Amino acid sequence: MTPSRYDTGQPRTSVCARMAVMTAQAVHKAAPNIDGSETSGGASSPGRGDILAVAREQVLERGERLQLEQILEVLRTGDDELEELLALAHEVRMAYNGPEVEVEGIVSLKTGGCPEDCHFCSQSGQFTSPVRSVWLNIPELVRAAKATRETGASEFCIVAAVRGPDARLIAQMREGVAAIKAEVDIHIAASIGMLTRDQVGELVDMGIHRYNHNLEAAASYFPHVVTTHSWQERWDTCQMVKDSGMELCCGGLVGMGETLEQRAELADQLGELEPHEVPLNFLNPRPGTPFADLPVMESNDALRCIAAFRLALPRTILRYAGGRELTLGDLGTRDGLLGGINAVIVGNYLTTLGRDPKEDLSLLADLQMPIKALNATL
Amino acid sequence: MTGDDAAAMSEDSKATVGGQYCGRCGGPATSGDHGGCVDALSLEPPRYCPACRRRMTVQVVPSGWTARCVEHGELTGSTWPGS
Repeated sequence: MTPSRYDTGQPRTSVCARMAVMTAQAVHKAAPNIDGSETSGGASSPGRGDILAVAREQVLERGERLQLEQILEVLRTGDDELEELLALAHEVRMAYNGPEVEVEGIVSLKTGGCPEDCHFCSQSGQFTSPVRSVWLNIPELVRAAKATRETGASEFCIVAAVRGPDARLIAQMREGVAAIKAEVDIHIAASIGMLTRDQVGELVDMGIHRYNHNLEAAASYFPHVVTTHSWQERWDTCQMVKDSGMELCCGGLVGMGETLEQRAELADQLGELEPHEVPLNFLNPRPGTPFADLPVMESNDALRCIAAFRLALPRTILRYAGGRELTLGDLGTRDGLLGGINAVIVGNYLTTLGRDPKEDLSLLADLQMPIKALNATL
Repeated sequence: MTGDDAAAMSEDSKATVGGQYCGRCGGPATSGDHGGCVDALSLEPPRYCPACRRRMTVQVVPSGWTARCVEHGELTGSTWPGS
């Protein structure tokens, strides 16, 4: 595997400096016009339909993901092109992933009291959020896994609000995963913070098949979102997970006050990382957090993000994560499933509530999208 | 809180009535506009005890939630009706 320009161990230049070089190169790169001619020099002008035609040829027909400037052009398309954009993203999803939807339940094993200061998160102990510390016991964990399985879901993710696991959490995970495996036939994923190489190995040994660690935001915007750790540290954990053989689940949030350029940057950086799964969260402004007063994203902007992320990540499992009920509602949820999304979280989230699974499953049946079966994922 | 009060609360995760305080914002239930709070409680569990406004410890699971007040005990909500 070709090392990424973001990997530690390579000559150190700041991520932001590397991104500036990438952006400059992308700006000067000629983008083919619809008739095959090339525009010489300068940024490609996003004429009506150009980027969609380029994306059709490049992504759908050749399987090559969109690059940074192209992703940005997609995000800049207007509402008048949204229907066509979503339809193209849907074609890419169907061509490279088929009609199946992967269904997952998640649960918070350890809630609240997190030492980090991720500005979007109600579980940080550093803000005035009303979320208090709670631990889930093993029987409750197994019950949550069973309830998830009963919906037909093939995935169950155990999450903890920590910087990284200590020995106690690793021991609880070992016990919890074993208890679930003894009673429930479901794939188990985990999201318990930044890892050491030894901890990665321990999770593999336990039978965790997929590990989540989001980039959360573009490298250039990250310092505005988190100050207690770096984007590079998150990238490094992601690379260790990839190297271990566990599937990497890595996504982030949009609607946190980033620019469109930074939204494109996040999609591009995820495209570089090539996670097995990308959960896409739309910020749900939580009381007591620094982002509490940000506006909820417009539905059309959220849908443009979905399509852009699909075109930046044609082969990934692109999952609806937090905030979709608030941002998209029922109609938008449907539009997104026909616009690039091919996975959902069923039921509630970590500290907020989701829809009754019957509603989501009924929608999938209406759309003739089968739920990915457990056997199919083995 | 009596057993009847707790039962009434657990029947409707959107409930803020029946207690002195709004479960979502912790403000007095009978004053101020809690329309936004009622809407919010369809997408989040209550965080403040309706009887005493203490912050509750809340566990969300895929199918529901449990909220505990150190003084007044437990409220629960199911978000999967019939399950």
